[in-house]
This record gives sequence, structure tokens and C-alpha cells, in this order.
Amino acid sequence: MARMKFLCDAERCIECNGCVTACKNEHELPWGVNRRRVVTINDGVPGEKSISVSCMHCSDAPCMAVCPTDCFYKTEEGVVLHNKDACIGCGYCFFACPFGAPQFPSGPAAFGARGKMDKCTFCAGGPEENGSKAEFENYGRNRISEGKLPACAEMCATKALLAGDAPVISDIFRDRALRRGKAGDAAWGWTTAYGKPEQAAPAPAAKEGAK
Amino acid sequence: MLVRKGKSATQSTPEAGVILGANPALTATGRKSPEGAINGVLAMTMDRRAFLKRSGLVAGGGALATQLPYNMIGSAEAADVAKDKTGVEVKRTICTHCSVGCAVDAVVENGVWVRQEPVFDSPINLGAHCAKGAAVREHGHGEHRLKYPMKLVDGKYKKISWDQAITEIGDKLLAIRKESGPDATYWVGSSKHSNEQAYMFRKFVSFFGTNNMDHQARICHSTTVAGVANTWGYGAMTNSYNDMQFSKAALYIGSNAAEAHPVSMLHMLHAKENGCKMAVVDPRFTRTAAKADIYSRIRSGTDIPFIWGMLYHIFKNGWEDTAYLKARVHGIEKVKEEVMKWTPDKVQDVTGIPEAEVLRIAEMLAKNKPSTVVWCMGQTQHTVGNANVRAMCILQLVLGNVGVSGGGTNIFRGHDNVQGATDVGPNPDSLPGYYGLAAGSWKHWCGVWGVDYEWVKSQFSSQVMMEKSGITVSRWIDGVLEKNENIDQDSNLRAVVYWGMAPNSQTRGLEMVEAMKLLDLLVVIDPYPSATAAMSAMMRKDGVYLLPACTQFETVGSRTASNRSIQWGEKVIEPLFESKPDHTIMYAFAKKFGFEKEFCKNIKVIKDKQGWDEPEIEDILREINKGCWTIGYTGQSPERLKLHMKNMHTFDVKTLRAKGGPCDGDYFGLPWPCYGTPEMKHPGTPNLYDTSKHVMDGGGNFRANFGVEKDGISLLAEDGSASKGADLQMGYPEFDHVLLKKLGWWDDLTDDEKKLAEGKNWKTDRSGGIQRVVMKVHGCHPFGNAKARAVVWNFPDPVPVHREPMYSPRPDLVEKYPQGADKKNFWRLPTLFKTLQDKVKDISKEFPIIMTSGRLVEYEGGGEETRSNPWLAELQQEMFAEVNPKDANDAGVRNGEFMWVETPTKGRMKLRAQVTERVAAGTVFLPFHFSGWWQGKDMLEYYPDGAAPIVRGESVNQGTTYGYDSVTMMQETKTTLCRVVRA
Repeated sequence: MARMKFLCDAERCIECNGCVTACKNEHELPWGVNRRRVVTINDGVPGEKSISVSCMHCSDAPCMAVCPTDCFYKTEEGVVLHNKDACIGCGYCFFACPFGAPQFPSGPAAFGARGKMDKCTFCAGGPEENGSKAEFENYGRNRISEGKLPACAEMCATKALLAGDAPVISDIFRDRALRRGKAGDAAWGWTTAYGKPEQAAPAPAAKEGAK
Repeated sequence: MLVRKGKSATQSTPEAGVILGANPALTATGRKSPEGAINGVLAMTMDRRAFLKRSGLVAGGGALATQLPYNMIGSAEAADVAKDKTGVEVKRTICTHCSVGCAVDAVVENGVWVRQEPVFDSPINLGAHCAKGAAVREHGHGEHRLKYPMKLVDGKYKKISWDQAITEIGDKLLAIRKESGPDATYWVGSSKHSNEQAYMFRKFVSFFGTNNMDHQARICHSTTVAGVANTWGYGAMTNSYNDMQFSKAALYIGSNAAEAHPVSMLHMLHAKENGCKMAVVDPRFTRTAAKADIYSRIRSGTDIPFIWGMLYHIFKNGWEDTAYLKARVHGIEKVKEEVMKWTPDKVQDVTGIPEAEVLRIAEMLAKNKPSTVVWCMGQTQHTVGNANVRAMCILQLVLGNVGVSGGGTNIFRGHDNVQGATDVGPNPDSLPGYYGLAAGSWKHWCGVWGVDYEWVKSQFSSQVMMEKSGITVSRWIDGVLEKNENIDQDSNLRAVVYWGMAPNSQTRGLEMVEAMKLLDLLVVIDPYPSATAAMSAMMRKDGVYLLPACTQFETVGSRTASNRSIQWGEKVIEPLFESKPDHTIMYAFAKKFGFEKEFCKNIKVIKDKQGWDEPEIEDILREINKGCWTIGYTGQSPERLKLHMKNMHTFDVKTLRAKGGPCDGDYFGLPWPCYGTPEMKHPGTPNLYDTSKHVMDGGGNFRANFGVEKDGISLLAEDGSASKGADLQMGYPEFDHVLLKKLGWWDDLTDDEKKLAEGKNWKTDRSGGIQRVVMKVHGCHPFGNAKARAVVWNFPDPVPVHREPMYSPRPDLVEKYPQGADKKNFWRLPTLFKTLQDKVKDISKEFPIIMTSGRLVEYEGGGEETRSNPWLAELQQEMFAEVNPKDANDAGVRNGEFMWVETPTKGRMKLRAQVTERVAAGTVFLPFHFSGWWQGKDMLEYYPDGAAPIVRGESVNQGTTYGYDSVTMMQETKTTLCRVVRA
């Protein structure tokens, strides 16, 4: 079974925010609601790197694990979605999420009513009927049901942000990495997880301090 | 740390690990989604299971697919919904922001633009967009647009009718014309106009009787156009964004492509993965620099010493392409003399770049060929802009990189149609196609327009004024403010029409508002009120009109991307509110002025939905095709362009050439020059001056435009350096009827062609016969085959030499490398160089920091349009300046706080400090897209109600100083001086 994933190639991300506005455009998100953000480290100095982050649609999603109303569910393709009717806006998922994906906007209508949580849906909508008006109002468009991938990745300026079936995007990324001759080092987070190829062990403390 | 986006006093900086923390709304812009937007039409085309199968199929793509992944599916689906019984249509158009030319599929339902889909088939952007491109659908909302004609009454903008507006403005312009002559008016055209509109604008203002017109190109790449054209023929990007995939090394100097041309990076980053080396030279460590292999920090305004510094090493090490220089370049010895003066110590002293870095970049370019160079405003917007760009051309000539795929000078233009508006639009010194203003040029165009030359002449105040270049947009304010006896026309300017350009992109804002105050009439014709509305309302109580024009999404037309490819945009939606397309507004004024018949002699006029007369765009393009022989805007008929837009998938992403299909052999968008008539089927020219191809395959050579000899030395190319398959394998002059007869080629013309070609040359033969015979029958280039000129003897500095900026932080170097002499009459105005520089030589004691400016990815140009788009505005909510920690601490300024940036002209900008190492100590960077604050005060009250942009801020050009290029009157924006003061 296919598993939908995002992967942001830090060697290609130029922090242009195309993914952010593509998301706003596709889902008619009001001011203040950003399901996707571009995060930059070492801003303005050599080593500057950016990645685009949203809900990562975890395989073992912490939000799902902690939700007191069990509003989360996972689709066959591995997309983590939630039911806004069941959400009580407690924010426990916000605690649990390592990426800060859940948001609690105070905006109008579906995006802020009664403090409900809003997050990236991988453009897969919600529990309502695919492509229905109710689904659109609560979650935005359902591109997956139309045979399309998330708008952010489809419109990425440099094809840094990849979305799709995990093996497919990892093939694309592996090919780039091989061409760059940098193996996995180009993947954001690689050095934190595994250290630099020539180094025996990572120095997590130093990395933390560098921020 | 303060990060640029979403930076605001009311926003908390996101904590680590909570990177997506909710962003409190500053301004709730409640917006309803269009009714019925999701009525299932696009939905349900495929169930999820089917989708997964598709996804797997797509994974099987070839090598290219994995690198430039078509990992998305969707183009097939988009095509499926092109026509649907529920009124859903897909309209294909082009992003209206930068010059990359990204295609957009707009999904329109019952007249409402409901969705935007990526166009994976586009060989230019493969579906990709930056923040601006991914947000263009907001143009279908247009909440902050200028909605109807308005008039300033007692200091407030009041709604009026179109009839009243055209009557009152028309009467006033006619009265000024009668009292003071047509040259008392000034017409600012637009690089946001389509080719057809820009072309009609040139015609329209000509028929009003003046050359006082201009557009954004003046202050963007005018120095490139002049400098590059004078070096080798055409003043344009030689290759393409796509062709950079063939580069083995690339130098970006004065270009921040990652922000200004984000989608161009798609091609560059792909090239990098295939081994291309990339260097960035810039005063700032830009986001582009963050992607480079090598970054060198240069002192702003010292490009020539750096380029000569590289050439010093290239010559010293014998890395130059001797055979190429001998065969195709004139005057390199003189350049070498100047270059060898720039020893590494001098280069380091002036530019700040150590020898090792200069050598490293020179070696990178010389040893990884083909190598290319990219430049933008960082090179052009200087008093020595014309020399900067020529130095870059010389570098590429020395390396033998011009006319080579993967090489060339990739000059990225700024606006979606600045290239096209330059080629066929409102230039004060030329007619469409760069025909100049001599009587012969006017007669050529009068023939195309179908009007009497004597009539056009009678519209001008005299033949002298008809042939005299107009004032440039960078200096219109001096046309108002300068003493009458000092200007080279009868009257000072009394009326200015801003037709699609922002005032905050021009320098000397403090003087601009004074000029606005003195005018009898100021008219803005624009989708947005623009900063002109607010700046003028701040200065005066009446005499200002605002007329709503629509955007390119609300009309049809062609636009020329930076790589010279022309793309046809379909109309997405009907004009919003009471707005009208620019050419329709021109026609209404032509009627008022009584020359609508002449204006559209050969152009069909149709009725729009409200019954307005609208010149038909297709017919306008056909007229352009009939006249622009000089630059090959003749083969791109509307039919051919539309065919390309429908068959994008048949074009190769790297070469841009169609393999098979209905466009077989064409290059995408028929990049000009696309010579001859459309019937001749020239494929367009992907890379200029490429001798490895036949001219009918898009090949070419350098242009013979400067005579055949200079000081007894031939300027023609050497034997064996002609384009592939040419009958003349040698240098040869440009073709005319005489040369054709001499060569015995005259009888290759048909009898009909002979009638029109008699007495004409390749530029003026309206039959196209000369071009056909020379190219198709004999494989030669109509403009001849000459050497490129390393020495441009008709310019003030024939060999580029360093001249310190007008406002320099180095008085010692001003002594050594001063500006040239003042000019008494330059584009109708006296212009200061050396006297001003001497006067301000020591001003760096009070203003010790270099002030430079540039783009942000979220905004474009003057920014009024993009700052009115909530999806973009949210990302960049306040004007700021980047300041180095040292300068900030010295001034007592803290990160995120307000500070003042003060300039020698008493300019004062209140903005947020972004304390960052991105700039060096001694340099401050300000983005130039802001307006709507004036010396610390919000100008909201001066905008028409509801039409102010969401984000307003201090304009950098309030404080910019005097300084103009010695050839084109380009304004100096990149190097001036300032100080920072705690607010």
C-alpha cells in the first residue's frame, strides 16, 4: 500500500514561499492561518538552509495518540486527517506534535470557530463527502480525490518540496543526492541524526547551541 | 532571531519546535469563497485507488523526470476539464510578475476565477511558481483595486464617471497642448502592458505629438540594452533560463535570482546537480548566495574593477580563447591595456575582494566551459551601468562563451513584459523595433500604420522635436523642476500621465513630490491607485485623476519573457469593477483627441460587453509583425503563438525545441529574432549569435551594425566564422537591395517582393523578401556577419573604466577614479556628474554607510499590486532595513526596533531594523517595494477609500540621491550613502 509523504530538499529550497501561498490559494485560507511555513536556519550567513514544513503525516502520529476525543484518523494512503466536529480545541495535539503543525486560529468560520484545530490535510479534505461544499468549508479542497497531489508541492518553484508516494519521492531524492555526490548529507536533519559522513558521531549539543 | 517573513511587532517570534505556531491576524480580510466554487466539477474525476495507480505510473519516468520530477500528476486531468457543461473553463495565461514567464492554468466557473492549476507542460516553469505566481488568482478578487474613475476634489478622491473623466482629462491635455505644445506632457507607459498595448502606447503618444514617454525599462535594464546592443547587436538576454542547464559554471553578479526570479533557480539547481559550479558576487549574502559554491562580498559600485581583476588573471594565465577573439571580436587589445592596470592589490583595495577569491572565480569560469554569467539591477543601476554590462560582455567574449549553448550573458529582465515593452513599446529614443527617430524610421512606421508621414509630423511641434529623444522617466521630475532656459524643449512639463508604473521605484522622492505639486494635471491609469495617488494627494488638493485599468488576466495579449520567448495569454475573467483594458482606454482618448481613425487604420475595432470600442489584439500583433523586421518580431503571428500555448508538452525542456507535433522544429514562444513572415516559418532563436546552427535553425552571428571598418581595420568577422551552411563563409555587411543585386541574388525574389524590396534594406523591406532570400535560399544572416565590439567608440568610456559612485564612502578613490564631465544637454536636460561628485566628496563623514536596495520574493516593483494581495502581504508585513550588528550597535539600534535611515538629501525613512550579517558592516540594505509611509507617517488618509494596499511602509526612494548613467540616464539606486539613527 502506498504511503503519502512530504520531503523537502534543503539543497533546493530557496525560501520563496510559493508553497505557502499555493496552500492559501487552494484552500482559501484566511489571514493568520498558515498550514505550511518555510523555516530558515543560519539566516544570512554561510550555511543558510531552508525547508518547508507542515504536518508530516507521521506513520505513528503523536497527535493521534494523545487526542482525548480521538478526532484523528488515517487514510489508506497514510494521510493523517481529523474531524473538526469532534475536535474540542484542547491543544493537546499541539503539545504532542514535534513540528508545530496544529494551529488554533482565531479567524472566521471553519478555521477558527470554537477554537478548533486546523492543519495541513495533504490536500485530502476531511470526513465529509469528497469534493463536497461542507468538506471544502471545513478543510479546504480535496485534490487527492481529484487525482492530484498537494498544491504546495505541485507548485514548488524549484521542486524542492516533493509530495507523493514515499518510494517515488525517495527515488527522486536519491537520484539528486547521488548526482550531488553528497549521499544523505543533503537531507535536512541528516547530520543531526547521523552525523556528517566523515565524522564518527554527531555533536547534538553543539548543533542545539548553534541556533 | 528576527526572521524576515511575518516580522511584526505584534507577532511573537516562533520558538524552536513550534515552527508552525499560529500567526495572529493583524488585519482580518474576510473573503467569501466564490459561490459554487467546488461544485464537484473538478472533483471525482478519479477515486483514491485509481490515483495510487497513476502515482506509480508516473514514477517510471526517465532521468529528467527524476531530477525535475513530474512526480505530480494533473496535467491530464486539467485537460479533461477544459470544457464542461457546467460552465467551467480552463484558461491558459502567464504570471504577471517577473520575466521568467511561468504559465498558469486558471479554472473559471461561470465567470469567476475559482482555482489555479500548475501547468506541468510549460517548458519554462514545469508547473513551478514562487510565492507571487502561486498567488496570482487573488487578482480575481482584487479587493484593494481602484474600482472606478476618481478625481481629487478638495484633497479627497471622489468617484466620477468614465465620460466625465475622459472629457475633463482630454480637454485639459488638449488645452496644455495648445498653450505649451505637446512636449509639455509626459507619458509614463508600462512594462506590465502586453506587447500589443505597449506598441499601441508608442503610437498613441506619437500621434499626440511628443517623444516624452518611457517605461520601467529605463530604470531597470536600459544600460544593458544600450551596452549589450552596442557590443554585439541586440540588447537582450542571449540564451535562456532553460539553456543554463547546459552550463558548467555560472557567475551571478548583481542578481538575487532566488528572490527576484525564483523559478529560474529550478534550472540552475538542476544544472548544479549535474556538476555546474556556481558563484555569487554581491554586497549581500543573498538567498542566491546561500545556494552558491562560492560567494564573494563586493563593495557596491565596484563591478568593473572586479571584472577586470578576473580578466587580469585570465590574460595572465593564457585562459582566453585566442581563436575566438581573433575571428569574432574587435578591439580586445585596448581592453587588455586597461585590464592589466588592475593588479590584484588595486582590485582588493577598491572592491574589497582578496586576490585568491578573484582568481578562484576567474578560474572557475575559464576551466568549466561553457560558463555563463547572470546580472540584474546590481550591475545596471549605476552611473557606470552601461560600462558595467559591457565589461561583462567582454569577459564572456574573452572566454569564447557567447553564441554558445550553456554560455552567453543571461541577463534576467524584471517584469513580465519589460522585454517586450522595450522591443516594441514606449521608448523616448526609438520607434517599435528600435528603429530610431530619424525621418526614415518615421516613414517606415507611417507606412506600416497606414498614415501620412506629414500628418504625424504636423502633430509634433516641429520635425526637430519629432526626431529628438524625449525626457526619460528617471528625470521627468527635472522636466518640471529645472529652470526653463536649461531644458531642451519649449515648455516645462505641465501634465504627467502615469499609465502603469509606480512612482516609488524612481529616485529622489523628496523632489518628486515637489514636482507633483507644480503640475497642472496628474493622471494615474492603473489597476491600483499606486503610490502616485497618495503622494500627490499629500501635496495638493485637486488636479489629479485616477482611472482603473485592468490586469493582463482581464484581457488577451502576448508578453515576452526574458529569454525572448513570446507567450500568448488568454483572458481569464472580464475586467473587474469599472476597469478597462489599457488599449481600450487609449482608443477612448484617441477618439477624444480626434485621431482614432489613424490610430487603428489597419486594426479591426470591436465592441466589448459594455459597448466600448476595443482595438483587436490579434490585429495589433499582426501590425507589429508587419513592421518589426529589425529584431524579428515578424514571424510570431497570433496563430503560431496560440499553437505553441496549446502544445507546450511537445517542446524540449533544455533546448526549448519542439520535436514533432504541430510546432515541429520551432523553439518555444518563437524567441525573437523570428525573422521573415510567419509563412517563412523561422523557428525563432534560442541562443543569439550561435554559428553552430544554420540561420533557419535559429543560428546566427554578431551583427554588422557599426560600419564595415574602423580606423582602417575591418569590423567584419574573419573567414570561416559564419553560421553553419551560409553561402558566404566570411564576414559580410548587412543586406540591402544593392548587395542582393551585386551577389546575383535579386532574382531569387518574386516579382511581388521585388516591387516592395526595391530601394530597401532588410529592415525596411516590408515584403520580407530580402530576409527570405538571404536566409532561406542562401543561409546567410540579414544583419550581416561582423565582429563584436570590445571597444564601443560612440560611448563616453569606449573601454569600460572604473568611476567611483557619485556618493562614495571613499574620498581617496574619488580622486583617482572620478566621474566624467557634466552634460549640458542630455535627453533634453542638464545632467551633473563631476561637479556634484566633487561637492559631496567628503559627505561620507556624516553619512558613512552605503545604502543599497533590492527585491523581496513576495513583492514586485513598486509593490502596490503585491502588497494588496493578502496571501503575499501576510508574509512580509513591514518595511525594514538589513543592518550589520556592528553598525546597529554603534547606533544603539536593536533588532526588530524602529530606526531611521537618513540620507544626504534629508531623506528620512522610519523602518524596522533587521540586524543581520547578511550585509557587511558599512552597508545597509532596503527593499524597494514599499510605499505608503512618508517620513514616519502612514499615508492611509491620502489613498482613495478602500483602495490602499494592505501593507504600507517607507519607500527607499524617498531618500535616494542624484546620479544617472552617462548613456541611458539610468538612475543610481544601488550605491548611495546614509546613516542609521535610533528611532
